[in-house]
Amino acid sequence: MASLATTFGRGAMTNHWVDIKNADVVVIMGGNAAEAHPCGFKWVTEAKAHNNATLIVVDPRFTRSAAVADYYAPIRSGSDIAFLGGLINYLLSNDKIQHEYVKRFTDATFLVNDGYRFEGGLFSGYDPATHAYDKASWAYQKGPDGFVVTDDTLQHPRCVFNLLKQHYSRYTAEMVARVTGTPREQFLKVCELIAATSAPDKTTTFMYALGWTQHSVGTQMIRTTAMVQLLLGNIGMAGGGINALRGHSNIQGLTDLGLLSNMLPGYLTLAGDKEQDFKTFLDKRAFKPLRPGQMSYWQNYPAFHVSLMKSWYGDAATRDNNWCYDWLPKLDKVYDVLQVFELMHQGKLNGYVAQGFNPLAAFPDKAKISRALANLKFLVVIDPLATETSEFWKNFGEFNEVNPAAIKTEVFRLPSGCFAEEDGSLVNSSRLLQWHYKGEDPPGEAKGDAEIIAGLFLKLRELYRTEGGAFPDPIRNLTWPYRIPASPSAEELAREFNGKALDNVTDPKDPTKVLAKAGEQLAGFAQLRDDGSTACGCWIFSGAWTQVGNMMARRDNSDPSGLGNTPNWAFAWPANRRIIYNRASCDAAGKPWDPRRTVIAWNAKATQWQGMDVPDMRPDAAPEQNVGPFIMNPEGVARLFGVDKLADGPFPEHYEPFETPLGTNPLHPAVVSNPAARLFKDDREALGSAKEFPYIATTYRLTEHFHFWTKHARLNAILQPEQFVEIGEELAKEKGIRSGDQVTVSSKRGHIKAVAVVTKRLKALVVDGKLLHTVGIPIHWGFKGVAKNGYLANTLTPFVGDATTQTPEFKTFLVTIEKA
Amino acid sequence: MQVTRRQFFKFCAGGVGGSSAALLGLSTGEALAEEVRAFKLTRTTEVRNTCPYCSVGCGIIMSSLGDRAKNVTTTIIHIEGDADHPVNRGTLCPKGASLLDFIHSPNRLHYPEYRAPGSSEWKRISWDEALGRIARLMKQDRDANFVARTPDGLTVNRWLTTGFLAASAASNETGYLTNKMLRSLGAVALDNQARV
Repeated sequence: MASLATTFGRGAMTNHWVDIKNADVVVIMGGNAAEAHPCGFKWVTEAKAHNNATLIVVDPRFTRSAAVADYYAPIRSGSDIAFLGGLINYLLSNDKIQHEYVKRFTDATFLVNDGYRFEGGLFSGYDPATHAYDKASWAYQKGPDGFVVTDDTLQHPRCVFNLLKQHYSRYTAEMVARVTGTPREQFLKVCELIAATSAPDKTTTFMYALGWTQHSVGTQMIRTTAMVQLLLGNIGMAGGGINALRGHSNIQGLTDLGLLSNMLPGYLTLAGDKEQDFKTFLDKRAFKPLRPGQMSYWQNYPAFHVSLMKSWYGDAATRDNNWCYDWLPKLDKVYDVLQVFELMHQGKLNGYVAQGFNPLAAFPDKAKISRALANLKFLVVIDPLATETSEFWKNFGEFNEVNPAAIKTEVFRLPSGCFAEEDGSLVNSSRLLQWHYKGEDPPGEAKGDAEIIAGLFLKLRELYRTEGGAFPDPIRNLTWPYRIPASPSAEELAREFNGKALDNVTDPKDPTKVLAKAGEQLAGFAQLRDDGSTACGCWIFSGAWTQVGNMMARRDNSDPSGLGNTPNWAFAWPANRRIIYNRASCDAAGKPWDPRRTVIAWNAKATQWQGMDVPDMRPDAAPEQNVGPFIMNPEGVARLFGVDKLADGPFPEHYEPFETPLGTNPLHPAVVSNPAARLFKDDREALGSAKEFPYIATTYRLTEHFHFWTKHARLNAILQPEQFVEIGEELAKEKGIRSGDQVTVSSKRGHIKAVAVVTKRLKALVVDGKLLHTVGIPIHWGFKGVAKNGYLANTLTPFVGDATTQTPEFKTFLVTIEKA
Repeated sequence: MQVTRRQFFKFCAGGVGGSSAALLGLSTGEALAEEVRAFKLTRTTEVRNTCPYCSVGCGIIMSSLGDRAKNVTTTIIHIEGDADHPVNRGTLCPKGASLLDFIHSPNRLHYPEYRAPGSSEWKRISWDEALGRIARLMKQDRDANFVARTPDGLTVNRWLTTGFLAASAASNETGYLTNKMLRSLGAVALDNQARV
């Protein structure tokens, strides 16, 4: 998501599931939608059947998505940037780009700081001691007026377009084939099919999932695609976009709500230690436009932030105390899960609470996670199911060999309700907030999650009220306006994150006009104010529960445009837009690039943007005002050059997985793997080499299972009862393994045993002159459930994280395999 | 082809069970020829919900027995795809089609439990005892380790020594309340499944 936010301004899927049917070309890469998102995948088959679309699948395995593809190309796991960088090179050298779009809607014309360099695999500013970049040189050139200097002729050697060309000129078809193992002709065929959609009225849509995120270069893999889509002019278009297929039902929502170490709701951020001054904190986030006339919507940051603080601290948040600025924690660094478990492993954490989360199964290097949990004083697990994490201290023979007597952690297991036992909303991949209703009570004494959180908070608040303690003010003053304090209702909470007027909110253009009376629900985030007159718990969700009622529960599935937009079904953030950046679906004059797929268009008579979707643009911004379609970016346009947004470079570069089967990087042998990735000292020592562990391993899901839950469900356990691994026929022959044999798969960190499935779906590839085999490892088994007990697949995976998001590298590591 | 609602449900049910039935040598023709039973959903209450697994967000209809009277325990007996839903249009995948077995899994937890240091078993405890003890442990840790100021005098008000993982299958409402509560405590060692 960091990749999409860096490029377009928002970290979310750009289009939506049904819109996939409008595509001319669908590319599935870094995912396997047919198995992992089956009911969304139906819109791919719809595109094929009714829009004559071409489906391309690029994957190390011939997946079920590949089985219905028009064209399939194999690729070595972890080498996608080389492939996509090669695609960029192909588009640029064959002049297959949407010129008008690139010139007007991207930063191609922007000039870059003279200090920016890329040499020998490193960007300028690298410090080998800290494994981090000083990003000062990754910037645009600014003129005396404070705006970025541009060159509309695209001739200047320092303009983004020319730096882009130069950067990817190394990614020739030969180099791509050498690094990825994809045969040259197959790579070129994929390029040719995708390149055809550079025509303004043709679109490609990309669908990806965890096959891209879970790499030490995951963020940059996705960004490469985002750049491809900009060159093709496919963002904002119906049937275009980047469809980020999230893994969980509400991972988008939890991210939107800021449940990450450094975030607050609505992609607001916590302050760093150095940001002691409130005004400086706000100014740094309220981005001023980098080009004349741009919306730079984050300029409204103070209104979003102050409204959040009013929502949390009510009357205690005043202008005089900077709206309780000091009550929010400040960060010295980001405490992502790898960092937290590293600290836990070092014995620096005392307590841990896992709510609906199974870290022993879900995090890399199970042995390390297990040792870390054993260092805790207390562990609290809140879950509907008996998870492995809750019983990490129990001996399950070969699947969990621990000595309970030696583990001093106190463990609490609290039973929670599940989706069927509550009211509430989830945000699906395409930003759609859908309301659901309770069907039965939780079993036994189990309680809803909100009730558990409230119960714990009320106990804590009581202790701080009666005994005092460390900094009790925010705890004592946290607003808790719920009718039953021990059990806040979903409706109350949803109304709170939508926001309400605390005082009359008036129209800035006409102060006599009241937009929302004091006490009323707000209609949307445009009504938020920075003077304390509004409260809003998550600005991007504003509009979800207005004075009219619960917009998330709307069930009008009519589709007036025929393009599948269903604007009155539930509520999509932001502001009920279904295709974001939709201004980019029109040319400079406001005319759709493809009139058959009109999303919005400029109506000169009405002096309004109008169409089937909510315009992602100030509704009255006439085209001649040149307001760019990427309204969250201060540039007004999308970024081909990522400036300083990501930790590992403004342009994506291919780096090898940390456990590389090659031992070198053909592009720059001196810099093999991502120099800015997250890797702790002990974990570096737990990395294996290709000499000992010669085969590439990759983990994935099966269509019959969901993570580590469905092994608790009988029907799924019947469909896929027992742990297995997949290997290709060549490797099976080499190792004397037959289908059905028990095998041991080992990495530097541990081993698992499973049944071998020998398949034609996995083929050996020639990479950098070597024949490389891949071992496929489905993840769904463990030592709790109604399926046959098995090993946690993450026994094998390395504790290495992406440079920007710290997502672990589950998708590529090294193993060896033997008959058990 | 015209498909009635009834026929449609039969096809859907066949989708998951059919392949296994065929493996066992049963022909679906025989099953269809059986005597017609009373439609089991006639007396149920329908409730709309969303599949909690992947991010497609398929609409589902849950049918339950019980008339919602105070002294009646409602039980969900059937879950199917919501035909009105614009994305899944009534279909469900093998995961969604088995949701009933998740909500009624034998491994659902029914009451709070406690495992003492060094122990090899669970002990059932009350909610009050569990939440009281957890709150006490959290407060002890927070009071002992809360960082109000750094050594060089910067106000930071953070609590690092207890960590949290939030659930990405939990509702927005739960997620919002969780974040609100944790930040008031100064928690920063907080994450969800977004990173993994």
